[in-house]
Amino acid sequence: MSTSNPSDPGRRGFLKGAAAVTAGAATAGAARAADDPLITEVQPWAQSFGDGVDATPYGMPIEYESDVVRRNVEWLTADTISSINFTPIHALDGTITPQGCAFERHHSGAIDLPKEDYRLMINGLVDTPLVFTYADLERFPRENHVYFCECAANTGMEWAGAQLNGAQFTHGMIHNMEYSGIPLRTLLNEAGLDAAGDLADKWVFVEGADASSNGRSIPMVKALDDVLVAFKANGEALRKEHGYPVRLVVPGWEGNMWVKWLRRVEVMDGPVESREETSKYTDVLEDGTARKWTWEMDAKSVVTSPSPQAPITHGKGPLVITGLAWSGRGSITRVDVSLDGGKNWQEARLAAPGTDKALTRFYLDHDWQGEEMLLQSRAHDSTGYVQPTKNQLREMRGLNSIYHNNGIQTWWVRETGEAENVEVS
Amino acid sequence: PPVLADTLGLGRPATEAEIKAWDLDVRPDGRGLPPGSGSVADGEELFVDYCSVCHGVFAEGVDNWPELAGGDDTLADEDPVKTVGSYWPYLSTAWDYVHRSMPYGNAQSLTHDEVYAIVAYILYSNFLVEDDFVLSHENFLEVEMPNADGFIVDDRAETEYPVFSTAPCMTDCKDSVEITMRARVLDVTPEDDSAAAPAPEPEVTQAAAPAGPDP
Repeated sequence: MSTSNPSDPGRRGFLKGAAAVTAGAATAGAARAADDPLITEVQPWAQSFGDGVDATPYGMPIEYESDVVRRNVEWLTADTISSINFTPIHALDGTITPQGCAFERHHSGAIDLPKEDYRLMINGLVDTPLVFTYADLERFPRENHVYFCECAANTGMEWAGAQLNGAQFTHGMIHNMEYSGIPLRTLLNEAGLDAAGDLADKWVFVEGADASSNGRSIPMVKALDDVLVAFKANGEALRKEHGYPVRLVVPGWEGNMWVKWLRRVEVMDGPVESREETSKYTDVLEDGTARKWTWEMDAKSVVTSPSPQAPITHGKGPLVITGLAWSGRGSITRVDVSLDGGKNWQEARLAAPGTDKALTRFYLDHDWQGEEMLLQSRAHDSTGYVQPTKNQLREMRGLNSIYHNNGIQTWWVRETGEAENVEVS
Repeated sequence: PPVLADTLGLGRPATEAEIKAWDLDVRPDGRGLPPGSGSVADGEELFVDYCSVCHGVFAEGVDNWPELAGGDDTLADEDPVKTVGSYWPYLSTAWDYVHRSMPYGNAQSLTHDEVYAIVAYILYSNFLVEDDFVLSHENFLEVEMPNADGFIVDDRAETEYPVFSTAPCMTDCKDSVEITMRARVLDVTPEDDSAAAPAPEPEVTQAAAPAGPDP
């Protein structure tokens, strides 16, 4: 019976038409509503069966949400193996990123590493170099924490000006998950750190099992503080593309250091100065010198809706302006929103108090009268740092830093409700 | 934070062979380099066979693939060209990275001598050594990298955080606001089937060219 099939194109066309009628009625305001056949006529879903509980052992989003997916930008990189894709933040709400559409960044592809083949080595300046199996790791005391992982290059294409038209593309190299794992300090302690002597000037070098290895050096102070060796995210095993079965979680620090498919941690008396901390993930300044070891991701925010991929389609009246804010140096304490390109600001409402190094959702409930807006958001963190404008950052760094662009984003919302990525004076 | 006092007795000692197999990193001071050597001439042959399809015969890069040579004195230019010669501070990084992660798609397939030879050829391509040069673990530290002093440790705490940690303006913060740049003028965003409306006519011109993150 075709009318009971929700994917039947004819029926979907009808639904769209009905929605348009409803929207028209709403615009008319006080006019008496016409009878809505979605109410007055018995619908197939109210009459016959839906799917049985055996239909979907592991579910995917309903087909109507098929646009809420990772997207890639072909011209950004030479191929799709050492490349990036983008989280559809324009379509999400709350703070937890669904793993299936959380962005990916690989340097030699997403590898397939079964748990039984997994090994983690701790070596270097330790009392006893150790090898752990995945099963070993499951026996250590565990912790749970929610943190954002933001690629150092997030918003990097926007250094020279407004370029990509959508929050997914300008700010979507980010995800935010609840991780279950073991503090790295627990594993280092298991190997013994007496051999390392004074820990203040020691480092760990961390690398992955993939061909790129993605080796990075991390000061021991951070390694002993809040770094996690994680094997669950948002309640389930890591996705293959996010490091299955084990990744490093480096709270507040640039995503490159969140080494996936973690295979080795070496205690050292200095940094390795690997490719990923010399050639890459160093930030060229205007005079041609470059900053290295720019680990922390500074306070940042973006309005996710309205935005170029999430235009206003409902006409005048109540409008939810919403977005995300985060800081690698603490928690978000406040977000200001401007409707006029930074002339005037008002404090937005945080959906929940900001937590350490995690995404925070904000809302500003607005009565939109069809006016043009230049929407901006400005994050404040617990250190007192206030998110700068892009021009303030450019004055400090020039245009060629590539990484760490946390400047304020502007969306130009037109009278039609469309929005565009722009820069303003 | 304190290090835990007790251990749980999990895991087992790593063997020497296991550590040798995985601990491949090479430090700026040369620690970690295995014995070996390779000439520019041998490197050229290897580079043509294994590397040039992406990086070019002269390490100048093909299409969007990384340039390994050139770009001298461009770091302060509008478009810096960051290569091993113009940008990389340490030769150890080149040896380590080629050894562990190249060729792209067939990593860890090169012998130690082959890595020395390829790195020697990359140096030659950057005009940093003569064509009869032989790189070895013994003369490794004698090679001078032009941009060795080009890096500073993150100084945001001194240069930026104080400036950006003051109470911001809330009202009447500027006289006027003008749109200076528009993404739709560049039009480099992938098409979205669910896009709501056609792009309006450009009203502002801009010269900025698309630029992505390095691969």
